[in-house]
Amino acid sequence: MSQPLVPDLFATCKVLTGAILWVVQQILLALGAVIPPLKDLGNWLASDPVVSAVTWLVVMTVMLLWAVLINLLTMMWVERKFYSRLQDRYGIMVSIWSLPIWPFNRKDRPTHKGWGYLQNVADGMKLLQKENLTPRGADSAMFHMAPVLIASSTLMIFVALPWSSGFVVAKPDLSLLFILAAFSIAPFGILIAGWSANNKYTLVGGMRAAAQLMAYEIPLILCVIALVFTTGSLDVYEIVAQQERTLVTLGPLAIPAWNLFGPQALGAVVFAVAMMAEMERIPFDIPEAEAELVEGWTTEYSGMRFGLLFGFKWLRMIAGAGLISILYLGGWTGPVFTVVQVAGIPVPIIPEEVWFMLRVYLLSVVFIWISWSVPRIRIDQILQLGWKRLIPLSLLAILLAAGASLVGW
Amino acid sequence: MPGFWINMGPQHPMTHGLWNMKVKIDGETITDAKPEIGYLHRGYEKIMEVREFQKNVVLTDRLCYVSSLTWSHAYCLAAEKMMGLEVPVRGQWIRVLALEIQRVASHLMWLAAYGPDLGLLTALLWALRERELWLDLLQLLTGARMNQNYPRIGGVRNDLPENFDGMCRRVITHFEGKLDEYEKLLHDSKIFHLRTLGVGRISAEDAINWGVTGPNLRACGVNVDLRRLDPYETYDELDFEAQVWKGSSAGDSYARFVCRFNEMRTSCDIILQVLEKMPTSGAYRTKEPRRAEGDGFARTEDSRGEALFYILGDGDDRPYRVKIRSPIFCSMAATPLMLRGNKLADLVAILGSIDVCVGEMDK
Repeated sequence: MSQPLVPDLFATCKVLTGAILWVVQQILLALGAVIPPLKDLGNWLASDPVVSAVTWLVVMTVMLLWAVLINLLTMMWVERKFYSRLQDRYGIMVSIWSLPIWPFNRKDRPTHKGWGYLQNVADGMKLLQKENLTPRGADSAMFHMAPVLIASSTLMIFVALPWSSGFVVAKPDLSLLFILAAFSIAPFGILIAGWSANNKYTLVGGMRAAAQLMAYEIPLILCVIALVFTTGSLDVYEIVAQQERTLVTLGPLAIPAWNLFGPQALGAVVFAVAMMAEMERIPFDIPEAEAELVEGWTTEYSGMRFGLLFGFKWLRMIAGAGLISILYLGGWTGPVFTVVQVAGIPVPIIPEEVWFMLRVYLLSVVFIWISWSVPRIRIDQILQLGWKRLIPLSLLAILLAAGASLVGW
Repeated sequence: MPGFWINMGPQHPMTHGLWNMKVKIDGETITDAKPEIGYLHRGYEKIMEVREFQKNVVLTDRLCYVSSLTWSHAYCLAAEKMMGLEVPVRGQWIRVLALEIQRVASHLMWLAAYGPDLGLLTALLWALRERELWLDLLQLLTGARMNQNYPRIGGVRNDLPENFDGMCRRVITHFEGKLDEYEKLLHDSKIFHLRTLGVGRISAEDAINWGVTGPNLRACGVNVDLRRLDPYETYDELDFEAQVWKGSSAGDSYARFVCRFNEMRTSCDIILQVLEKMPTSGAYRTKEPRRAEGDGFARTEDSRGEALFYILGDGDDRPYRVKIRSPIFCSMAATPLMLRGNKLADLVAILGSIDVCVGEMDK
């Protein structure tokens, strides 16, 4: 079984923070010879409660940078690359060559080479420079609050969503409940955004989000209830630990005991479909529906506020794919091939983080693939799908799970 | 509940041009609709009165920016009838060839626009990818990708380029495989059926009364194709069937989609037939008179319906009066009938399926 690369994020960060604060303490103690109160300040800064409190901030910042700066940008890049290939586009392979500080001869720049990774950074830069408009007659406070609500609630998911058994901010006992609760805050932000912008397109989009909410949140939660019959726990570590054993061995292949293989299979499918609606990807992105509602509930946002709303959809996709892999695909478990010693510390090759991200990115590519190959469905059709198909199916999944736990499967 | 009016246009992703569809919605249901056009009105019929006959070909090219060749051809046909000109046989065949290439290119543009209307951007890029090939053919033949200025009163501007038939055949072989690909992407998709079946229905009687023509009328089950009914050029020597919807659910978006889509296959067939039956050499243009008197009336099967030109000459070198009948102008008047009672999201599925071209609608 594989090992985490970061065994304990909090402890790692605490060592670093403690070291920095110790240096500050020494400086302040030296200065204290001249100004005595600084001595007390230095000692207070290096005390354990203060170090712990500062470490919390550092841990959250590390997770934010990891999720947003690295994974969000990579996921956007993956999506753009993927659908460009799907659609035979020429396209965004040129951005790295068009940097203003391109060091080589500008005339020799090949135009169809490069990775295009910086395209999203360039788009973000552009959005930062744009004016932030507030439409006349908009409810200004609500209008400005909605992006904050959506962005912060999306980041809140990553407080409890682990990337490995060690790489996580906090480990609450009911972490699954916390993640699902954080997930379902954003639709209220959408409703507020749609209502406050004083625009008919956003109003219709916001109302659609509110109507759609019930249709996919209920099957989502029902599937989790079905899962709890098997796991008996709402703690994601417990759920992943249960999937770590081997179910059956077929020759050289050891099939792991993932929740997907077993009575939870139906629940997994329903959960994935409902999660796709939760992420607002194309068959279900009716609150946005750019064909008839211009840009839906984000129509009136401009500049980086729009960028936040636009970009955080990918962050929600990462979180959704991560949740699916934790619940049904064994989370971060995987074989470890070898462990090398770097300065006496054992470093696993292919650690848990890599196994987890492999699942997250593969699942996301599947979602991207689906969303670029089907048209968008209508609001009444998603309500029908949710209420008449997904909810009965998730109830059936509960029945299956209950029956399976009765016979001790 | 009273509901409220929403402007879908003039600046809106749905419009495909510069016009405005006002819809009254009650919740998500459309209760009333009012098309507002005229944003692109250029006064074509008046401008044509002050330009010489041959120079008007350039103008009529710009009537529809997606299907310009069919419009300049319709004008030339009317002018020839007024002057009593007989176009040489090879000229007529070349015209049919160019018209059908233009029709496929125009239908591909419609397909490209219909995909993103339903939220499927992939269809846009795939259809435009193959449209390039057809535009390349047009460029070979006429020298331009759009606004070709190719038909002349009395024939066409130039002969076929070398090895043109081989290139046409190559494009068609490639294109027919790609048509199957589009079918898998759109036609075979369950969500596509959900979005289009039974949406925006109009009965055959209503369609005829409101003057809907072309693929939109044939989707109602009415077999009206001017290439068969009132053949012009050499269409009477060709063997093809007009695409008429025969199944249930006539007159909805799905029927319109299927009719228009299959028309691309028909056009490919026609092109292959033209290449076989066309005389390999001969004159393709006659000299036209500078001045003319009398009236000329011509109607053709445009990509979007029945295009009609009526020209009056008073012995001068320019028309005295010109009347243009635009098919989309009439179809647009019938859209409130199709829209009422449908959902707001169906608006794009309906208006996309009737293939709006604002250039010819506003004239």
